[in-house]
Amino acid sequence: MAAYRCPACEYVYEEEAGEPREGFPAGTPWSDVPDDWTCPDCAVREKVDFEAVSA
Amino acid sequence: MTSATAPAAQAPLTAAWSDPKRYLWLLGLVVPLIPVIGWGLAEATGLGVMWWFGPAFVFGVIPLLDMAIGKDSANPPDSAIEWLEQDRYYRWCTYLFLPLQFASLAFACWMWSSGDLSVLESLGLALSVGMVGGIAINTAHELGHKRKQAERWLSKVALAQTGYGHFFIEHNRGHHVRVATPEDPASSRMGESFYAFLPRTVWGSLKSALHLEKVRLGRMGKPFVSVHNDVLNAWAMTIVLFAALTVIFGVEILPWLAVQAVVGFSLLEVVNYLEHYGLLRGKREDGRYELTRPEHSWNSDNVASNVFLYHLQRHSDHHANPLRRYQALRAYEDLPELPSGYATMIVYAYLTPVWRRVMDPKVLAHYGGDVTRANIQPSKRERLLAKYGSSGGARPASARR
Repeated sequence: MAAYRCPACEYVYEEEAGEPREGFPAGTPWSDVPDDWTCPDCAVREKVDFEAVSA
Repeated sequence: MTSATAPAAQAPLTAAWSDPKRYLWLLGLVVPLIPVIGWGLAEATGLGVMWWFGPAFVFGVIPLLDMAIGKDSANPPDSAIEWLEQDRYYRWCTYLFLPLQFASLAFACWMWSSGDLSVLESLGLALSVGMVGGIAINTAHELGHKRKQAERWLSKVALAQTGYGHFFIEHNRGHHVRVATPEDPASSRMGESFYAFLPRTVWGSLKSALHLEKVRLGRMGKPFVSVHNDVLNAWAMTIVLFAALTVIFGVEILPWLAVQAVVGFSLLEVVNYLEHYGLLRGKREDGRYELTRPEHSWNSDNVASNVFLYHLQRHSDHHANPLRRYQALRAYEDLPELPSGYATMIVYAYLTPVWRRVMDPKVLAHYGGDVTRANIQPSKRERLLAKYGSSGGARPASARR
């Protein structure tokens, strides 16, 4: 499954793992994450700024 | 940066550079001892006024030290950043703040309940304890920005003394997102006095923290009132702490606990007032604000106040790299620079006309004379445009650095 990285702090959202603390259970596809969701680690960048990580 | 979290034994990083501030960070541990130092001075001199040592230290001694010692803008070389961040010594300098903070609070409660202090002496002690509580919010700030849950938990513990547990939610997920915009309760606007800012930031930050948790818990399908609500469980720590102190020392300490909490969070909020005064992020064509850049924070490199505040004054680098540990924060040239350290600027902020005389021209100069590019208090807009507006419009926006 796909993964997306915050360009500011290297945090990676992996669809397989989700981010349960933020309310995205394991398996939540990236498309279900709202656009204004900010990086849970640095809050500097929003979802739309995240970069796809090539597998 | 993944190697920063790897066990040190696996890839030993060597220090090719020695940190001149390394042992100065231990001075941060003097802060939680302020009430005890006040007691020592009162005992030694027999002068009751020594119970007021806390505010005297923060608003008098530190500004004088800033003046005497001056600035240091030396940065660690890039090659040393990783080594600096993984060195656990620096973390312990912040962790040790907490036991001293609570020992000091318990000591103050014991003094308040002893009946040996006059009301004025008790008030001086409450202000001194408030100074500790306020600077503890800065310690909590350092801890709350980390990925490790244990450090985030310690952050909440440090906030318990001031009842400001919601800070670590609102600051990280609210303030950092909206910094230097009119929507951020914790970014002060040009023309806004500290006394107008204080209720706006206290109330606005509280509302925002609750909203952020409501949204998060809603996504998780959990009720708002639950142990998972990080605002409510942080406040619960305050209730437990105050209840325990009341059981031990008696109800007469409760008014003093309330006073020190208000003094403490007001100290944090006056620091918030300094950090982004009048600075504004532009809007992009798609309607979103431009990214937070170094030019959206006020900085200061005065050594004394930086040592007592864990480099908080290297504020631009903090906003660019919120997870970076304090010892590795860097100074940059050509950034908005306060004329003095935070401790001195706090005193200016309390004196509104002085603050305006010093800072409004600084904001104006930062925007090349174009006051319309500043974050202006709406009620003061007309007056500020009349005062500064005439010279502004001539300079095109493209002239910015």
